[in-house]
Formats: sequence, structure tokens, C-alpha cells
Amino acid sequence: MSAADLPAVPTAKGPLLRARDLHRSFGSTPALRGAELSVDAGEIVAVMGPSGSGKSTLLHCLAGIFPPDRGEVWFDGGRLDRLSESRRTELRRTSFGFVFQFGQLVPELTVADNIALPLLFNRDDRKDAYRRADEWLTRLELDGLGGRRTGELSGGQAQRVAIARALVIHPRVLFADEPTGSLDSLTGERAMDLLTDLARAEGTTVVLVTHDARVAAYADREVMVRDGLVTSPYPVEGGR
Amino acid sequence: MSVPLTLLGLLDREPSHGYDLKRDYDTYFVRGKPLPPGQVYSTLGRLARDGKVVAGESESGSGPDRRRYAITPTGRAEVESWLAEPVDSDPNLQTVLFVKVVLALMLGRDAEGYLDRQRASHLQRMRELTTLRRSSDPVDALLADHRLFHLEADLRWIDLTAARLTSLADLVAAS
Ligand SMILES: Nc1ncnc2c1ncn2[C@@H]1O[C@H](COP(=O)(O)OP(=O)(O)OP(=O)(O)O)[C@@H](O)[C@H]1O
Ligand SMILES: [Mg+2]
Repeated sequence: MSAADLPAVPTAKGPLLRARDLHRSFGSTPALRGAELSVDAGEIVAVMGPSGSGKSTLLHCLAGIFPPDRGEVWFDGGRLDRLSESRRTELRRTSFGFVFQFGQLVPELTVADNIALPLLFNRDDRKDAYRRADEWLTRLELDGLGGRRTGELSGGQAQRVAIARALVIHPRVLFADEPTGSLDSLTGERAMDLLTDLARAEGTTVVLVTHDARVAAYADREVMVRDGLVTSPYPVEGGR
Repeated sequence: MSVPLTLLGLLDREPSHGYDLKRDYDTYFVRGKPLPPGQVYSTLGRLARDGKVVAGESESGSGPDRRRYAITPTGRAEVESWLAEPVDSDPNLQTVLFVKVVLALMLGRDAEGYLDRQRASHLQRMRELTTLRRSSDPVDALLADHRLFHLEADLRWIDLTAARLTSLADLVAAS
């Protein structure tokens, strides 16, 4: 499915991704209490805020991993939160990339397998998938590691494989949740250099959750999440 | 750090005598380095000359100066713009920012908003330095890194202060 299959709205222009009045609770714990966010195509936005403030929950709602209890998620002019679970899954597979702090690679598979996997899921030609995986190995300075099992990589190498795997499908949006959370400063910096350079080269929109200011400084702007609400120090179009 | 602006801020609560200002200044803003009374009165004199405070009639009784000072609209505007303006990152940042936060809480102003603007201004600087670091030779990159680590330390302190605003506000209100 492509984004064009989403129900269209009259306004063609506008943000690529938009959250309106998002509410989401886990049992009696409110994680989002009316969160608003608007992200333009090609923008890199850092989402910051204290632990437990709702950053990951916001990212999960934006990416359609789970729907909000209330509120709207718009992606490319369509209501993402209204899609069925299977269509959301498909959208994630074709249009979104994900980089998390831990546990996103299949340790028993090789680096090349891991990077090719999203393409194979999307029923791409096998040979072509591995050729493209190989290109991304080079772009992420992982040459020669294609045959390694990912369980045998250093943290920094594994994170670069994860970035390659997220970008190999040319996603419209890359969602990253503490992508450097388990890395030291230098390794994290290299991962961020590559992630942002590649995202900018590809025109990929990035939503980057981090509480590390040095990581957030790679973004075009930052928003703060506090107690389930998004605050921005800058005037936001259309109000908060 | 700015003694005149801090005294002016204290006067924004209510008209006060010089010795009240000195007491509150010593309580909140300096640890173990009291403000000399002479400096309080000379500062108030200058603020009065500049139209930022007005001195009331001399009250009967003993003591060096029994006059009560009140802030003027000019003085109040100056306090407001000073509080709202982010501080440049330099070794004094924490001292100045601490004073601003405590004053904002005393005056019932939006301390959290001021901290947010401060953190936004720091992050903006960090963005510029990150870009600079990435396009520089190794020496300039190292210098940019040094600045980045300092700004990051400031930001951590700002975040911690923001997280403790409620207990700070209770403390300020209790006295
Ligand atoms: N699956 C879940 N089940 C129960 N509670 C949850 C779940 N996910 C999140 N929460 C709760 O929702 C609130 C927001 O959590 P969230 O993970 O979004 O915070 P966060 O800002 O990402 O924090 P951190 O910086 O620690 O990752 C927290 O109180 C958390 O305990
Ligand atoms: Mg989280």
C-alpha cells in the first residue's frame, strides 16, 4: 500500500505528520493527555523530555504501532489512526523505518540478512534485496561485515546495521527512540552523523526521541514532552 | 551577577526598606557572602536616580535609612524583560539563572517558561556548534566539542532545576 491509498483530505499541502489532541492511557496511568505535534516533510525533529513523560508513547501513536485512545494522527493527508491494524502494519512496513535502543536485529541472522529483511518482507526480488543491502553496508561504513551474525557485533556496529535496515526501504519517516542510548559519546556521535546525513540525503523525515541534548542538537528543532503534553518554545503554526 | 536587577526584582514583590532587601538578598541569593549595607543604599540611590524606584518619606526612628522604596513601572518593565531573556552561557550562567528562577517564583511569574526559553536558546547554540563541528578541521572541532559539553552541563542543571521547581516554590513561599 502506498500513502496515496490513504483516505484523502482536501488540504494537499501541510505537515507530513500531525498529532492532534492525542490521549493514551495504560490502565489508570495517563501517558498522553492532549499531545499535539506537527512535522513537515524532510524535517528532523527531536522529541525531548523527562523519563516517563510520554515520548515513546507519542512516537508509537505517530507510527501507528498502537492507536491513541482519543485524538487524531494524520500522515500524508490521511487519518492513520482510523486504519485497520493490518493496514497500519502494511504502512509501517512500506513507509516507516524504526531505530530503537535495543533488540531490533535478529541475532541469528547475518548483517546482510538483517538489512535485506524489510525488502524481502515487502516481496522484493531476493537478489536485488541483497544488492541493495550491500549498498547500505557501505553507506554505513560496515563494509566486510555483511556475513557476520549481528549477535557478534559491537553496540555501535549493531546500531549502524539498525539504521541501514530502517533506511533500506526508503521510508517517508524514520522513527528513532533513543538510538544512541546504549552507546558511548564517540560511537553515538558517529551513528548520529550517519543517520542525519543519510536522512537528509534521502529527504527522509525523522522523529528522534532522545533525552541527550547532544543528540537533539542534530535535529532542526526540538519539542519537549512534559506530563503527556508537547510544549514548544517556538510559535507553532495553528497554535498548540 | 546583577545586584541592581536583583534588588529591583525583590522590590517588585512589595515596597520595602533597604534592610529587608538586604536580608532577603542574603537569604536567597548569596551563600556566605552578605551584601554590604552601603552597597544596598548606593544601589537604591542609583535606581531612584534612574527612575526605576521611588523613595518614600523618611520614617521616624533610628537607623541609617528608614525610607521605604517602591518599584516604578519602568523598573517593573526592566525586571520583566531581564527575567524573560535567556542568559548567555558563561561561567556565571548558573548564578544568574538561579537568581532569576528564585525571583520569578517569588513574583509568581512563569519560571518554567523562562527555563524553557533558556533551554531553547542553549539548544539553538548547540545546533550551531554541531554544524560547525561537523564542517571544521579537527582543532576547531575539538573546540566546538568543548563548548558543546559545557552547554550540555548547563542544560542538565536547567532540567534538574525545572524538575525541582515545585519544591523550590514551596520553599520560597514558606518564608
Ligand atoms: N506498555 C505500558 N504499560 C503500562 N504503562 C506504560 C506502558 N508504556 C508506557 N507506560 C507508562 O506511560 C507513561 C509514559 O511512558 P513512556 O514510555 O511514553 O515515557 P518516555 O517519555 O518514553 O520515558 P523514557 O524516557 O523513560 O523512555 C509512563 O508512566 C509509563 O510508565
Ligand atoms: Mg521512552
